[in-house]
Amino acid sequence: MGRTLYEKIWEKHVVKHLEDQPSLLYIDLHLVHEVTSPQAFEGLRLKNRTVRRPDRTLATMDHNVPTTDRNEPLQDMVSQKQIDTLEKNCEEFSIPVFDLFHADQGIVHVIAPENGLTLPGQTIVCGDSHTSTHGAFGALAFGIGTSEVEHVLTTQCLKQYKSKTLAVNFNGSRPFGVEAKDIILGLIGKYGHDFATGYVIEFRGPVQEELTMEERMTICNMTIEMGGRAGLFAPDDVTFDYVQGKKYAPSGQAWEDAVQEWRTLYTDDDAVFDQEISLNVSELEPQVSWGTNPGMTTGISGHVPKEEEVEAADRNSFHKALEYMELKPGHRLQGTPVDVVFIGSCTNARIEDLRKAAAVVKGKKTDSRVHAMVVPGSMQVKKQAEEEGLDDIFLQSGFEWRNAGCSMCLGMNPDALKPGQRCASTSNRNFEGRQGSGGRTHLMSPEMAAAAALTGEITDVRRMLKEDAG
Amino acid sequence: MREYFEKVHSHAAPLDAESVDTDTIVPKQFLKWVTRTGYGDIIFYDWRYDQEGREKDFILNQSPARDAEILLTKKNFGSGSSREHAPWGLKEFGFSVIIAPSFAEIFYQNSIKNGILPVTLSEKEVDHLFSLTVADPHAELTVDLDLNMVKASDGTIYYFEIDRFFKDMLLHGLDDIGLSLQHEADITQFETEHRVYYQPPSS
Ligand code: SF4
Repeated sequence: MGRTLYEKIWEKHVVKHLEDQPSLLYIDLHLVHEVTSPQAFEGLRLKNRTVRRPDRTLATMDHNVPTTDRNEPLQDMVSQKQIDTLEKNCEEFSIPVFDLFHADQGIVHVIAPENGLTLPGQTIVCGDSHTSTHGAFGALAFGIGTSEVEHVLTTQCLKQYKSKTLAVNFNGSRPFGVEAKDIILGLIGKYGHDFATGYVIEFRGPVQEELTMEERMTICNMTIEMGGRAGLFAPDDVTFDYVQGKKYAPSGQAWEDAVQEWRTLYTDDDAVFDQEISLNVSELEPQVSWGTNPGMTTGISGHVPKEEEVEAADRNSFHKALEYMELKPGHRLQGTPVDVVFIGSCTNARIEDLRKAAAVVKGKKTDSRVHAMVVPGSMQVKKQAEEEGLDDIFLQSGFEWRNAGCSMCLGMNPDALKPGQRCASTSNRNFEGRQGSGGRTHLMSPEMAAAAALTGEITDVRRMLKEDAG
Repeated sequence: MREYFEKVHSHAAPLDAESVDTDTIVPKQFLKWVTRTGYGDIIFYDWRYDQEGREKDFILNQSPARDAEILLTKKNFGSGSSREHAPWGLKEFGFSVIIAPSFAEIFYQNSIKNGILPVTLSEKEVDHLFSLTVADPHAELTVDLDLNMVKASDGTIYYFEIDRFFKDMLLHGLDDIGLSLQHEADITQFETEHRVYYQPPSS
């Protein structure tokens, strides 16, 4: 019987099958950031262990870092200590680090792909649930806890059980104004935020061809928001074109060898998934979340469900969510005022995202009631955007233009929502307090967030795109 | 230091919420520490404390729930971020068993590595345990990992499934990194045959 893409990658990385135990799986790339690693390094020191493959490890600082001027000392000494700790750990164990002043610094899931470190067929882990992002390249990539970070640092391996496989077929084609973010939010909205628990997902179907690498990353990024272990797109020419020429990607003969190997990375015709579902992308419209998990999402012309539209078993969470969000059942989302607009995060702060948002705001002003900011996903993205003049477009329109980091995606640095503030955000989580204690998040695409910045309320961006076109 | 899991007799803390995410268990402002300890006081921070830091009317602030060793909750517990700070905090607060109809995957594994037993029962079974606990907050449960068994205060017995290796980790406090290190020769051999294509950045 044929094998799925997941099974092919899995089998290539099993160091040893063990009796009555998880298999020992080799890890090709281990990404490290300041928040989930200090206790792992401490664990190494306590047991007199060392890092097996510093050359297969890359560290950066992203969660805590200020997005304002980096020459100013950090206000928060606790954050400073965590950043310093990573710096010292990397020095002690000879791990390469893109630190605060490095030209390639940025959100860990943005920098590895843009530097050619994320490659098809690899296993990639990081102490971060959005490691699923790298699956866009046909790499098996997933988030791990700190104990597992220590495991990989020590052995370059993890003990893993094989996951079940789920195929998600994206059928139809993308309507006008529907972005990758809308596809993934639409999928989670339809099937729920935990339906993929225990599965590795392969995204396939005719829509794959229409998706750029950056769009595939947006989709894989949010695999974890439906509980999935990892998400995958089979690598194709779009993938190879993106990777070729990147800083640390193979070149010359190694490139030829690599592509030859990568062309075998697809699900065989006669392979069987444990489960298959599909989404008709043609039926989608721009999506907006209204609740406190990403499954609580609807189309822009929709409304918060009415009491009777919610299953009895889910009504408790429904009411809790609405209480937190200060919304009523049946509330129409369009026209809901927002206080803050955040364009950033590892979901939607790559160059294409910024280009699309800039196209919406170009020559227009943000609403005076709104605090709007753009936080590029990496310093490379920032530089590229500045070369294209996007910074001017955003600044003239009334946005702040910041340095790279996680920023208001989770508000560990000073960029956080204040209690009661409502935010149109391009990030991936609308959990209670995620962007700041008491803050309320509406997830959406960069274009939709840009539109909200201009009108000061949740808005159907398609109207503006049409106006522009006409 | 590894924890060894023993049989647990305790009343349960009923946390009646679905999909409690790890952001809620350990909010971001407490992720800045470089230690593994100190999180017991801050778990569920926004639910436990008001803006002045005073305790709110939340189940884990109430007696006897605050002294329970068993946390009883609803489906998809521990979703979201991979932060291991969540099980560190839950353990330090005093929980060594969490019973729910389902768990998020990373959280499940993180719990086992920190001496917390995640028990998966059906929704109906969990609902029954909830009703017993709500009727009598002191109602004792027995959780016996050796027998894969939960015994409720009314004598009802439920069996749960857990992977053999995970069970051994909990019962015997296995050091799984140490186990992997025993295969060092295999790893070295694997590395000689396995090709990684990127060029490593310099350190
Ligand atoms: S941008 Fe947000 S989701 Fe992405 S790594 Fe940073 S905190 Fe996590």
